Amino acid sequence: MQQAGATAIPAPPPRARDRWWLPRCYSDLIGRRVFAFLLALHGVGAFALITVGVLLRNLRVAQPVMRPLIAREIHRAGVQLLPMFFFAAAALGFLVIGQTVAWLSRVEAANNLLGNIMVIVVVRELGPLLTALLVLARVGTANVVELGTARALGEVEALEALGIDPVHYLVVPRVVGMAVGVFALTVYLILGTLVSGYLWVFLQDVPLLPGDYFRELAGALSYLDFALLALKTCAFGFIIAIVTCFHGLGQPLQLNEISRATVRAVGQSTVACILLDALFISLYLTVT
Amino acid sequence: MNAITPKPKLPVLDLRGVNMVSRQSPATMVAEKVNWTVQVGEFWVVGAPQHSGKTDLLMTLGGLSSPSGGEYYFLGEAMPIFEESRLPHRLRLGFVFDGGQSLGQLTVAENIALPLRYHRGWSADEIESRVQELLEMTELMPWANSSPANVGRSWQQRAGLARALALQPEVLLLDSPLTGLDARHTTWWLAFLAQLSRGDRSVGGKPVTLVVTADDLRPWRNDAGRVACLANRRLLVLGDWHAVDDSKEKVVQELVAG
Repeated sequence: MQQAGATAIPAPPPRARDRWWLPRCYSDLIGRRVFAFLLALHGVGAFALITVGVLLRNLRVAQPVMRPLIAREIHRAGVQLLPMFFFAAAALGFLVIGQTVAWLSRVEAANNLLGNIMVIVVVRELGPLLTALLVLARVGTANVVELGTARALGEVEALEALGIDPVHYLVVPRVVGMAVGVFALTVYLILGTLVSGYLWVFLQDVPLLPGDYFRELAGALSYLDFALLALKTCAFGFIIAIVTCFHGLGQPLQLNEISRATVRAVGQSTVACILLDALFISLYLTVT
Repeated sequence: MNAITPKPKLPVLDLRGVNMVSRQSPATMVAEKVNWTVQVGEFWVVGAPQHSGKTDLLMTLGGLSSPSGGEYYFLGEAMPIFEESRLPHRLRLGFVFDGGQSLGQLTVAENIALPLRYHRGWSADEIESRVQELLEMTELMPWANSSPANVGRSWQQRAGLARALALQPEVLLLDSPLTGLDARHTTWWLAFLAQLSRGDRSVGGKPVTLVVTADDLRPWRNDAGRVACLANRRLLVLGDWHAVDDSKEKVVQELVAG
C-alpha cells in the first residue's frame, strides 16, 4: 500500500516494460555502432602512425634508457611466457596432430595430404593466431592496466614535464617487445606442436616413421610460408601493442575506467588480429 | 659621449592576454586574459582556493597545456614547446607536482636519475654522484632503493623536487608543495626553497626563479616576495605583501586569513 505523501511513480506501458532491453530503434543502434567503430579505427590508426613516427625519429635517442626497457618488454612478452607455450604446444600437438595423423593413417590416399594439412593448420593459421591471443591475454591486458594507471596517476604529465616523450618511453618498448615476442613464441609453439604431435602419434602406435613425418612437413613448406609467418606474427604483436597502449594511454582515464578500457582493448585487438589473419589468407591465395 | 645602456634582461615568464583551460576538460576555462611578468630571481606565490585551477595554471606555465588564447613567452621563446630542436630551452624549466608523481615502476633513486640518463650523455658514475648529492640534499637517502608506493606522501613530494632539480633548472614551478605536510616538513620546504631562491650549489649557485601555488598564503609571508591570487577565472597580480594587506578582494583576505 502506498504511503501518504509519497509520489507515485507511473508504471511504464506494458509493451515498453517487457522489452526494456531492446534498443528503441535498430537503425540508431547500428548507426551508433558504426560510428563508434570508425572513431576507434581513427584513434588507433592515428596512434599507430604517431608511434611509428616516434620510433623512427628517436632510434638513437636515449639508448642507455631505452635498451633495458626494450629488453624488459621482450622478456615479459616472450621469455616469461615460454612455460605456458610449451604446455600449449603439447596440448595442440595432441588435439590437432595426434588425432589428424592417426585418422589420416587409416586412409591410404590421404597420407599424401598430411604435410599440407599440418602446414595450413599449424604453421599458417593456428600457431600465429593462438600465440597472438595468448600474448594478448597475458601481456596486452597488463599493458592497458599499467598504462591506464600511469595516466590516471599523472605519471604521463611527469614524463612530459621532464621533456620525455611518453610515447617514446612507454609505448615504443612495448611495441618492439611484443612484435619480437609474438614472432619468437609462434616459432616455439609451431616447433613444439610438431614435435609433440609426433610423440602422440608414436604413443598411438601409428606406423609413421619420424623421417616420413618431417619429410612430409618439409615438402609442404615454401619460402613464402616463412616470410608470411614472420610478417604476420610481427604484425599481430604490433597491433596488440598499439591497441592496448592506445586504450591505456591515448585518452584521459580515471582509475575506475581502466577495467572497461581493458575489456574494449581485448575485444578490438581480437577483432583486429582475426581481420589481419583474413587479409593474410587472401594475400597468400592471391600470390599462390 | 654615448652612454652604453645595459641590455634589459628578458623576463622569465611573460604572459600577454593568456586564456588558460583545464587539461582534463579543455572546455573549462581556468583563467582569462592573464597579463603577468615574472622577472629573473623572483619568488612568487600564487594563492587560490581549492579546485580553482592552480594545477592547470602551472601546467600552462610549464608548457604542458596549450593556452587557448594570448601569447606566452618563456625566456623570450614562445610556449608551449613541442619541437625536439627547442627541447634544451624547455628543460631550463623544472616542474614539481603535487604529490611528486614519481614513476611507480622505478625506485626513488631511479626516478631522480631518469632525466639525467635520458637527456645527458653522462657516465654511470657521474649520474650516481649527482643522484647521491640530490638524495642527501632532500634527506631521501633511507628511501633511495624503495618503490615510491612504499614511501610516505611527504617524501614522495621531496623525490619529485629532487628529480626536478636534477637538470639544474633556472625556473622551478611547484604545485602546492606544502599541502598535507606536518610542521617539520613545512619548515624544511620553506627553508629549502628560500635557499634555492638565493642560489644553491645544487643548481649551480645561481638564484632559481620560483613560482609556487598555495591554498593558504600565511606560511609564505617571510619567504615569497611576490604574490598573485587566482579566483573566479581571474589572476590578480598583487605584487608585494603590502598590496596583499591593502587588497579589498574577499578571496585575497580569505587566503591571508587562512
